[in-house]
Amino acid sequence: MDFRGIVRTWYQISETPLSMERAVAAVSDPAAGAIATFAGTTRNSFQGKEVRYLEYEAYGAMAERTLEEIGTKIADKWPPVTGVAIAHRVGRVEVGETSVIVAVSAPHRKEALAACSWGIDRLKAVLPVWKKEVFSDGEVWRENEPGGEPP
Amino acid sequence: MTRWTVRLFGPAREAIGTDRTEVDVGEPATAAAVVEAVAARHPEIADLLPRSRVAVEREYVDPEARLRPGDEIAILPPVGGG
Repeated sequence: MDFRGIVRTWYQISETPLSMERAVAAVSDPAAGAIATFAGTTRNSFQGKEVRYLEYEAYGAMAERTLEEIGTKIADKWPPVTGVAIAHRVGRVEVGETSVIVAVSAPHRKEALAACSWGIDRLKAVLPVWKKEVFSDGEVWRENEPGGEPP
Repeated sequence: MTRWTVRLFGPAREAIGTDRTEVDVGEPATAAAVVEAVAARHPEIADLLPRSRVAVEREYVDPEARLRPGDEIAILPPVGGG
C-alpha cells in the first residue's frame, strides 16, 4: 500500500505562547522514523542594545494561507514527508520566548531535516509578519536579511 | 479613475498612522499604479515603498498585475517573521 503524501498538517498564527509539544504531536505518524523541529526564540540584544520585548504584527488571513502553502511545497519537494506543523506568534513576545516553530515528520531523518530547514528559510522570506524590537530608548522594525526566496 | 482601498502593515501602517488608505487610479489599474498613487499621497513612506511588495487577494503579485473591482489590496513592507 502507498501511504505517500502529507496526512498530518497543523498551522497556527497565535497570540498565545507556542507549544512544541503540540506541534510534535500534530506531525507524529506511525510511518515516521524522524521528527525534525526548529524553534526560533527572541534574542535579548541587537548590536549591543538590550531588547525589552518584541511586537509581531501579521496580515492574518494571508499569513495562515502562506503557512499552508509552505506545507504544500514541502510535500511537493519531499514526497515522503508525513507531517508538517508551522506556528508563529503575534502580538507582544517577551525575550526568550518562542516566536516560531516548524516540525516535520518523515520516514527518515534526511528528508525531515532538509524539509524543516527549507521551511524556516521560506517562512522568513515570505510570511507576511513584521517584527518590532522595543528598546528602553526607542524601537525599530527589524527586517529579515534579503537572502532571496529559497528554491 | 477608480478608487481603491489599500491595506497597510508594519512600518507602513505605523508611519501613516492608519491601517488602510484610499487612492484613485486610472486605467490600467495595476499593482504598480496603486503603489505610485500611495507614494504620492503618503510621502512619509515613499522610501519604504520601493522595497515593499503588493498582495492581491492575499497573494503576492507582480507590479504589472491588473486589479479587479473588489480585490483586497495590501502593501507589504519587507517582512521580519521568524
